[in-house]
Amino acid sequence: MFTEENLRRVEEIKNRYPKPMAALLPVLWIAQEQFGWISEETMHYVGGLLGLPFNHVLGVVTFYTMYNKKPVGKYNIQFCGNISCMLRGADNLIEHLEHKLGIKVGETTSDGLFTLKEVECLGSCGTAPMMQVNNDYYEDLTSEKVDNLLEEFRKQAQR
Amino acid sequence: MSDATKLYAQNGDPVFPRIVLPEIPNLAQIETYESNGGYGALKKALSMDPAAVTDVVKKSGLRGRGGAAFPTGLKWAFMPKGNEKAKYLAINADESEPGSFKDRQILEFNPHQLVEGILIASYAMGIKAAYIYIRGEYYKWYKILEKSVEEAYSRKYIGENIAGSNFSVDVYVHRGAGAYICGEESGLMESLEGKRGYPRVKPPFPAQNGLWGNPTTINNVETIANVPAIIWNGAEWFAKIGAEKHPGTLLYGVSGHVNKPGVFELPSGTLLTDLIYKYSGGVIGDKKIKMVIPGGSSMPPLRGDQLEGVKMDAESLKGAGSAIGTGGVIVMDEDTNLTKVLLRITKFYWDESCGQCTPCREGTGWMKKILQRMYDGGGKVEDLDLLVRVANNIEGNTICALGDAAAWPVKFTIQRFRKELEEELASQERSAAA
Repeated sequence: MFTEENLRRVEEIKNRYPKPMAALLPVLWIAQEQFGWISEETMHYVGGLLGLPFNHVLGVVTFYTMYNKKPVGKYNIQFCGNISCMLRGADNLIEHLEHKLGIKVGETTSDGLFTLKEVECLGSCGTAPMMQVNNDYYEDLTSEKVDNLLEEFRKQAQR
Repeated sequence: MSDATKLYAQNGDPVFPRIVLPEIPNLAQIETYESNGGYGALKKALSMDPAAVTDVVKKSGLRGRGGAAFPTGLKWAFMPKGNEKAKYLAINADESEPGSFKDRQILEFNPHQLVEGILIASYAMGIKAAYIYIRGEYYKWYKILEKSVEEAYSRKYIGENIAGSNFSVDVYVHRGAGAYICGEESGLMESLEGKRGYPRVKPPFPAQNGLWGNPTTINNVETIANVPAIIWNGAEWFAKIGAEKHPGTLLYGVSGHVNKPGVFELPSGTLLTDLIYKYSGGVIGDKKIKMVIPGGSSMPPLRGDQLEGVKMDAESLKGAGSAIGTGGVIVMDEDTNLTKVLLRITKFYWDESCGQCTPCREGTGWMKKILQRMYDGGGKVEDLDLLVRVANNIEGNTICALGDAAAWPVKFTIQRFRKELEEELASQERSAAA
């Protein structure tokens, strides 16, 4: 199921550790990169690659919040709701996003474009409020900035 | 002051040194780092006896910057001397404590000083492989680190026979996947081994039984980034900077209701009021301060009218009834709703509790329920005692410190703001009766 390039990466990563189990988190990252989320089928596959029982892989995938247990939108919006962001208006911006996208926290828009999540501290307290969209941080947010970003993502998606 | 911006603070200025974040443009590029003398401290260390390197770090008084302020040299000295078993180093770049955003500055602006520190530490302890465990969300900085490590390999600072010596070590970057508990050192090791990040019962301690059952040391990013400057300038130079018992500079991160939030590298023992008013531009709208959390969300909060004269180092903050933690200062103005703050902090610990220990798993949930009731206007005065009772039943009764971290903010906020909270709850009771 992995591309040849990814299979080569798995072998390289396994060599970094005295035991193959240690490669599990990095290999799950490769899986999520390739498939967008981690299905039970993928868990069986990754377990097979590393010689780990399915239950162990399932236990790990469900422990870490960043592994998507179901498909997410093209733009996975993770808004920080923790204390420093809250003090600078994160609540209002999350509500603003719910309103703009027509979904609640935890949901995905029907066009599959956006998923909205509230997450814990992302280590950007000095540039609060902030959100992470896929891999990137967007900081010092205001409702105008959020609106512009949504516009930009929509345009990007059409290209 | 321009000389103070040099790499390793090479002018030796003990008054206003920038040890880990010198103002040198493009320092993240290896060419810039080298042309400013970078990796010179590694070569110096390689010419010394490994035990002598640990000794310098010990004498410098360097203490861990990840929260516990444990003496770094002493930690290194716990590692067994021989090479019967492979020894490992894990670098904690899991920065997840709410209010902390300092290590990422090093990862972004001075990654090679971290890599150099890792190599010096590895030489001192006879490490076979070092793993930098970086939180999954820090993707940008993960990429920077991968590039830095690759560059250091290609210039023979990492790998076999480093810089012509007979010392060899490997360095790898390992990405987490979203779990606060993996910043706890034994949770970090479990995660690195490819498991759920469940903290381990101690003892045995990592120096005896760490990664894969082998001797392991875990150090924070900022701690290790200090090491090259200490080796370069000597223990005495470092020991003279800042607070006597907690020397050096600290990366203070100031957030919340201030005009200019940010990370400031200043000598330890800097006045908390200077951090807020001099460096962070004071409180937004010139409001009064209600509460400050001085060291990340786990640390006991201070009242706004108790900040005068409070110095930001481990000993001084202990004296003031809190702790330095990660140096993440969260400022809250007079209009802040304390119940809302406590509810948000408690929700965090409830969310991040790994679930191994009943007092933490259940207790955080109970505290969250009570606080939610209070926030929704259905609280009673007796809820405060109930919350303290739950907090006391968590504190000290768990495998790791997450339990204490969840208990302290609740317990100490109630202790320090009891009157205000009681008044609010009494009025909730009155309106419920009417």
